[in-house]
Amino acid sequence: MARFLIGRLWQSIVLLLLVSLIGFMVLNLAPGGPLSQFALTPGMTKEALDRIAEQMGLNRPLPVQYLDWLWKLVQGDWGRSFRDNRPVLEVINSHLFATLLLMGASTFLSMLIGGWIGIRSAIRQGSAFDYAMTVACFVALSIPTFWVGLVAIFLFSLRLGWLPAGNMYTVGDGSFSDILVHLVMPACVLALVNVAIWARYMRTATLEVINQDFVRTARAKGLPPRRVLMKHIVGNALLPMITLAGMQLPTLLGGALVTETVFTWPGMGRLFLDSLGYNDYPVVMGLLMFSAILVLIGNLLADLLVAFVDPRIRLE
Amino acid sequence: MTAASSSPALRRRFRDNRAVRRFARNPLALLGLFMVLGLTVACFLGPHLLPFDELYIDLRARFAPPLTGAHIFGTDPLGRDIAARLFHAGQVSMTVGFLAMVISTVIGTVVGVVAGYRGGWTGTVLMRLVDAFLSFPSVFLLLTLAAFIKPSPMTITLIIAFTSWMEVARIVEAEVKSLREREFVMAARMLGLSNGWIMFREILPNVMGPIVVAATLTVARSILMEAYISFLGYGIQPPLPSWGNMLNGAQQYLAAAPWLAIVPGLAITIAVTGFNFIGDGLRDALDVRSHNG
Repeated sequence: MARFLIGRLWQSIVLLLLVSLIGFMVLNLAPGGPLSQFALTPGMTKEALDRIAEQMGLNRPLPVQYLDWLWKLVQGDWGRSFRDNRPVLEVINSHLFATLLLMGASTFLSMLIGGWIGIRSAIRQGSAFDYAMTVACFVALSIPTFWVGLVAIFLFSLRLGWLPAGNMYTVGDGSFSDILVHLVMPACVLALVNVAIWARYMRTATLEVINQDFVRTARAKGLPPRRVLMKHIVGNALLPMITLAGMQLPTLLGGALVTETVFTWPGMGRLFLDSLGYNDYPVVMGLLMFSAILVLIGNLLADLLVAFVDPRIRLE
Repeated sequence: MTAASSSPALRRRFRDNRAVRRFARNPLALLGLFMVLGLTVACFLGPHLLPFDELYIDLRARFAPPLTGAHIFGTDPLGRDIAARLFHAGQVSMTVGFLAMVISTVIGTVVGVVAGYRGGWTGTVLMRLVDAFLSFPSVFLLLTLAAFIKPSPMTITLIIAFTSWMEVARIVEAEVKSLREREFVMAARMLGLSNGWIMFREILPNVMGPIVVAATLTVARSILMEAYISFLGYGIQPPLPSWGNMLNGAQQYLAAAPWLAIVPGLAITIAVTGFNFIGDGLRDALDVRSHNG
């Protein structure tokens, strides 16, 4: 176990180094580089720009800059936002909760619905339900998330007036129920794609378990079908889903970005787009790194959880 | 054999091919083919049949709802005909999607074949690179690149290709790794064939099935990606229309002119669903064992 952990940690660190290298390259290849922000200030002269470059250490060789930047990164100094001079980590932190809430709610929804669809399709393989759901999942995977969001706003906010069209809470309110009402639409829209993914994987996993000997034994013992299904089949089919949850994180984050934009949800995705619009490179880079770290941690947790739950797996 | 006699023979061989027969028996795959072909024909022929130019601005006809006169899909805030823009946008979006697929498939295949055949250090480094790219949520990376590089259809295509080659690489690497130990590769090596020849002339043809399937699904993904970044304003820039940037301004007119949002979104959905159906049909037809679900 300890050896596995150390091995995975090593891998994660190598990955993070690669990720940071890609990010640093992107940051420095940007037109004008990190200085472009100042170049637009009225009355800016070449000399003043050079002086700022000198102060920020931008005239040093790139590898030195990279190492320096990386060292600060490790120490938790992710630079300051060009926009309001707040530390990058603080800016990200203030948007983290909204994103996690949205992602958590939609994951919960999609696991519940997708799991149900997957199991039902598998135990009735070849039925009309199975076929209809296969087609429905394909369509759900093909619809652009933002467009579903637009259609949902049109239907449920503008036409029916049931749900608010955007934001996380009403100004001056912000109670639990208020946030919940605002959460319904973005969470469902973001869940749509993931329901399809969960349903397909759950169907495969259930089909794999359903024909195994221990299921036949359980049936032969005369256990009630419901109990065989819930305990023997679903219990085992759920195991690979933990790994899937980790693997789905990048997709989920990407989906959250678009969903947040459509619903003006104040999360990391919105922050990312706003920062891009302002050429706020430190925040952009910080968010790239942060989401990569989030993905790696998610995958690591998923691996550990699988090993913890499934006695057949011994981590080496 | 002369050309005249070989063409019916070829046709018969094509019809008797097991993969083709299996594909033709799959209703969803045929539906997908029909959707994609229909959309392609509409987009490339449609503009010639419409009385409007996609850039023609008619401020008196602003916000005309669908089926007003000759405007079958209505008009936009500048009075431009949506049908004309939709078809033209379709040419742009599908071309971007298709080219991005070609480029990313080539990158992914080369990386996958080299990593799988070489193994060892080269393989590890290459596959770690794949992992690193995969652990960035691709929309984030895509947007960062698109925001920094001057957007043109060509750069957008390259950026999409640059962020979607990893899946192909993974699939190809896994296949090549298992093929590497087979007898025919050993025979080729004993004949003294060069590594390049073995990789791309001996092994690669055996991996074509999975590559074709992945490539089809990549077209779907690329069209979707183009729509995402253009919708967010970093993709194809107006006045050149694309399905994504037609949706860009649609949200503010959602109450007054919902067709602005609905029509391009439907086109994207039809195109992407079509390619996904075809890809899945090919997976069954070519008997590619499923790598994910």
